[in-house]
Amino acid sequence: MTLTPVITEHWDAPDLYTIEGYRRFGGYRALESALKQDPDAIITTIKDSGLRGRGGAGFPTGLKWSFVPQNDGKQHYLVVNADESEPGACKDIPIMMANPHALVEGVIISSFAIRANHAFIYIRGEVPNALRKVANAVAEARRAGYLGTNVLGSGFDIDIVVHAGAGAYICGEETALLDSLEGFRGQPRLKPPFPAVAGLYASPTVINNVETICNIPYIIDRGLDWFRQFGTEKSPGFKVWAVSGHVNNPGIFEAPLGITMRQLLEYAGGVRGGGNVKFWLPGGSSVPLLTAEHLDLPLTYEEMAAAGTMLGTGTPMIFDDTVSVVKAVTRWLEFYKHESCGKCTPCREGTYWITGMLETFEHGHGRESDLELLVSACNQIAGRSFCALGDAAATPYPAALKYFRDEFVAATHTPVDDTFDPVASYIHAGAAAR
Amino acid sequence: MTENTTTEIVPTVSVTIDGVALQVPKGTLAIRAAEMIGVEIPRFCDHPLLEPVAACRACLIEVEGMPKPQPACAQVVGEGMTIRTQQSSEVAKDAQEGVMEFLLINHPLDCPVCDKGGECPLQNQAMSAGRGESRFEGEKRTFDKPINVSAQILLDRERCVSCARCTRFADQIAGDPMIELLERGAQQQVGTASDEPFDSYFSGNTVQICPVGALTSAAYRFRSRPFDLVSVPTTCEHCASGCSLRTDYRRGVVTRRLAWDSPEVNEEWNCDKGRFAFAYLAEGRITTPLVREDGELRPASWPEAIDVAARGLAAAGSRTGVLTGGRLTQEDAYGYAKFARAVLGTDSIDFRARATSPEETQFLRAAVAGAPIGVTYTALEQAPFVLLVGFEPEDESPIVFLRLRKARTRVVSVGAVATRGLDKMGGELLAALPGQEAAALRDLPADIRAALEQPGAVILAGERIAASAGAPSAVSTLAASTGAALAWVPRRAGERGALDAGALAGLLPGGRPLIDAQARAQVAAIWGIDTAALPGLPGLSGDDLLTSASRVGLSALLVAGVDPVDLPDPALALRAVDTAAFVVALDHHHSAVTERADVVLPVALVTEKSGTFLDWEGRPRPFGQVFKDALTMSDATVLGMIASAIGTSAGAWDVNGIRRELTALGPWQGARAVVPGVQPQAAAGAGFRLASWRELLDAGVLQEGEPFLAATARPSAAIVSAAAAARLGSPATVTVTGPAGSVTLPLEVGAVLDDVVFVPMHSSECSIYRDLGARIGTAVDVTAGGAA
Repeated sequence: MTLTPVITEHWDAPDLYTIEGYRRFGGYRALESALKQDPDAIITTIKDSGLRGRGGAGFPTGLKWSFVPQNDGKQHYLVVNADESEPGACKDIPIMMANPHALVEGVIISSFAIRANHAFIYIRGEVPNALRKVANAVAEARRAGYLGTNVLGSGFDIDIVVHAGAGAYICGEETALLDSLEGFRGQPRLKPPFPAVAGLYASPTVINNVETICNIPYIIDRGLDWFRQFGTEKSPGFKVWAVSGHVNNPGIFEAPLGITMRQLLEYAGGVRGGGNVKFWLPGGSSVPLLTAEHLDLPLTYEEMAAAGTMLGTGTPMIFDDTVSVVKAVTRWLEFYKHESCGKCTPCREGTYWITGMLETFEHGHGRESDLELLVSACNQIAGRSFCALGDAAATPYPAALKYFRDEFVAATHTPVDDTFDPVASYIHAGAAAR
Repeated sequence: MTENTTTEIVPTVSVTIDGVALQVPKGTLAIRAAEMIGVEIPRFCDHPLLEPVAACRACLIEVEGMPKPQPACAQVVGEGMTIRTQQSSEVAKDAQEGVMEFLLINHPLDCPVCDKGGECPLQNQAMSAGRGESRFEGEKRTFDKPINVSAQILLDRERCVSCARCTRFADQIAGDPMIELLERGAQQQVGTASDEPFDSYFSGNTVQICPVGALTSAAYRFRSRPFDLVSVPTTCEHCASGCSLRTDYRRGVVTRRLAWDSPEVNEEWNCDKGRFAFAYLAEGRITTPLVREDGELRPASWPEAIDVAARGLAAAGSRTGVLTGGRLTQEDAYGYAKFARAVLGTDSIDFRARATSPEETQFLRAAVAGAPIGVTYTALEQAPFVLLVGFEPEDESPIVFLRLRKARTRVVSVGAVATRGLDKMGGELLAALPGQEAAALRDLPADIRAALEQPGAVILAGERIAASAGAPSAVSTLAASTGAALAWVPRRAGERGALDAGALAGLLPGGRPLIDAQARAQVAAIWGIDTAALPGLPGLSGDDLLTSASRVGLSALLVAGVDPVDLPDPALALRAVDTAAFVVALDHHHSAVTERADVVLPVALVTEKSGTFLDWEGRPRPFGQVFKDALTMSDATVLGMIASAIGTSAGAWDVNGIRRELTALGPWQGARAVVPGVQPQAAAGAGFRLASWRELLDAGVLQEGEPFLAATARPSAAIVSAAAAARLGSPATVTVTGPAGSVTLPLEVGAVLDDVVFVPMHSSECSIYRDLGARIGTAVDVTAGGAA
């Protein structure tokens, strides 16, 4: 399958991040056409496009928009979730740094469709570069008349607030993001009411991922048929794949949904040192891991679900034979334990317990009976926590045990660092060794 | 208007829980619906009076059609829903047991040394809904313990299960979001801002609703085990809110008080004064009767003391004044009302140990005494509009404050200070200089008058209208002209009961006018005396009673529980006591009056007798005797003994007999006194006007002996407007000078009218009557810095 650069098409243009650069490649053309349409028609277009959310859950975007009650006389809000914090995910931040105007244009069109006059872009606070690029793009768009009152003579008013998060993974959960945006401590909210009914400031709100929004101008500009030629029936379109880990050429590859990991690996130059894929994750640490036997599965929402995992953020992480799966899982759980917001018992206490047990394995004194106890503890979190963070935390271990039980058994007597030289697994270790 | 307003139809939905089909009101939560069929689902964060949060996940249940277990505390029952709890679902049972196991992994399991042990929802539910043994063998998270979130409230963070009941209570109910969850994950903990302790008037409720032993009070921590306590339902004696309490004692000593359920009144809450101010019960009691001999009080036997009192009072007869204070039960107040009229033949009796006025006396006779229950807490909750006059609910009747806050009723306060409490109720201030409320009511803005004309609108008049010339008249007129309901909210617990018992000159029990022949006949019949034996004309009350006593010398005074410092002219009161030929004091603690009395008779505390307080609604709040073997006697019983010694029996003097008489009399149905018609008076003098009231936590004698409570009181300050502070040069302290003296207090800027200074009425640093000789509305000087 060939690469199909769309959002990333002109990333090599040094001034793409400016409004002039963006316009040179047709930027803001979609906005002009969108503003001449009926907002409901845009919602229908996005529904028909089959675009699914790129933030991880893959919820149909048009359907989400259609949940917002229209003509209710209330203020509506569009909130862009740009709090990309998932371990292994690195796609939204590069998009914002290289092509911020695609985001801004997408926000304006989407706001117009859902009849929001106020949009927020909530950017992870640790990446000031992205923050600056987006803030600059918003300022340029405002000067160009794309933001403000009566945009391009359409009578539509829209403004964008760029907001920096303060370093909490939980604020990537959409309702926690809303709390944080309102100035509260970020913790997920009880649903119902859903954000589409009572979200930001208790008003109807749509929350979309950066990449999702960046798809909008291209769909509007190039049409449904163009969009649906990519991908599959249930997973139409293209995806910004960010491949990381033990590959020779890690980076971003834009290709249709349905491409396989093996094909992406080729674009990424193969496993470093000609080694083997030991395990890999299709999209962030929150999805169950897969092994080399899954490299030929199409990367679509439905195929990944069938394989017992999820497409997630579509940012594959590749691990070669040098990596201890016990150690990798322990690191991920340490992350979830650290980032658990504390609101609900299963996630707060479960991550504490599981992490503690995993650390005993890492140090070579796990107990064989704990292998099942860990599964049981994970099962006590999954599906029972307040939000998806708990579900995510319950994910890595059971999949790892399924494929690599022997490694956990070995960790009942031998520290993993004795089995796997930690230096060998470093990204740049291969070069040193060779 | 439709004729059929009898029953409101509540829509219901059908639900099946554990195979049992039932109908529940629409909107019912699954956890409550399950309770209806006797299924108790475990819960920690759930509380029926707090918004659902679904944080603890202890109540997970299976709902047909939903892929994951759902929290029963947040799951609204839908039509046709099929729910399976732990009783019929392995999924639910497994989920609940899993959560219970998680809750215990970081819990210290220090039940043997924990105050909550024995009454702990975590302990109980771990037994009923948990696995037998924990599989956790790791290291538990620990914290330094305990930390003070306020002087009174302590927090053992390692015991906390993060249910957020305390933080939600503080935010949603009290409006004091001074505690909040901090940090993340297993480090999540309750805390305060670094320099802002949890000094909420309602902080003790968080200890009570904490489902584990994380929050404890300094007053009760390590004092007792719940299973060693004897619990008695009681009524709070601190104010006229009428809270139901549970008093717990061990070996004859009260160890704690809890708010008890009373959905119509205090729901499940109370204030910190009601919860913690009980140390006075155990300290400094008068233990024996005392008789003055050669200028000194000496212990005496009961027969001797009764004999001396009887002879002295009989000699004074109708030239006796009776002051009963505001803290008596209705039955005891009735005893004084009867004793004065039937035994001594005097009508000079007053229950008000505070600022009064003849206008207020007239108002109480006309509009309050013996009136049936009109405005209730429920009526406040449903009212479209409430006007406050001379009344600061958070300080003067905290449960009224909570109810107004809960209802989000539109509230307007006529006064000089836009208080923190008013802000928390979302209320607005209608500016009136202290003492000038009547003029503000006369010139009421049209929108407020219109608001009062809405059906259900309420005027709440506090006891401070007595100190504002024309205010009692104005509220009466306003209620009559707008159709708004009028309720009088006194501060002390015994005032309304005393009023209805007839402990006020001119009033016989049940609001009967003394001068009405039929009323006299009814009362005389019950008391078994000749109608002619009742005093013929209304006696003295209020300031007149004391002035008269000190000038012309009433022959005798009979005083119960009056602290002269509460009276607007403490010196006058002491002079009256000093000049009276004969003084009998009934009290449980020594005071400036007992020190000067000729006979001192010790009487029962509220824990040693049964009785009734009428709350501000007029609702009887009866309570039983906590210490059943107490040897002390109630005021009425002692009065009965004096009556016997004098030779007049006049019916019953025991609590049951008095209740029978009160029931037989019932409220007065005949003509009442007319409401007063006093005109507003223009302010006299120049300078700052003094605004003041009794703050909830102050130097009141019933708060003695509880330093942790006192430490949560608001710091005493002189509060002026920003402009006034600037005029004074924004000093750190100011000196407030009244006719009788000065006090120096820290200056605080607040939402106070210009040219008004607020000073607490009776705090540990300042008592306006004693220290300033000033009353509310008096012009005082405010100068920068300390006294010269």
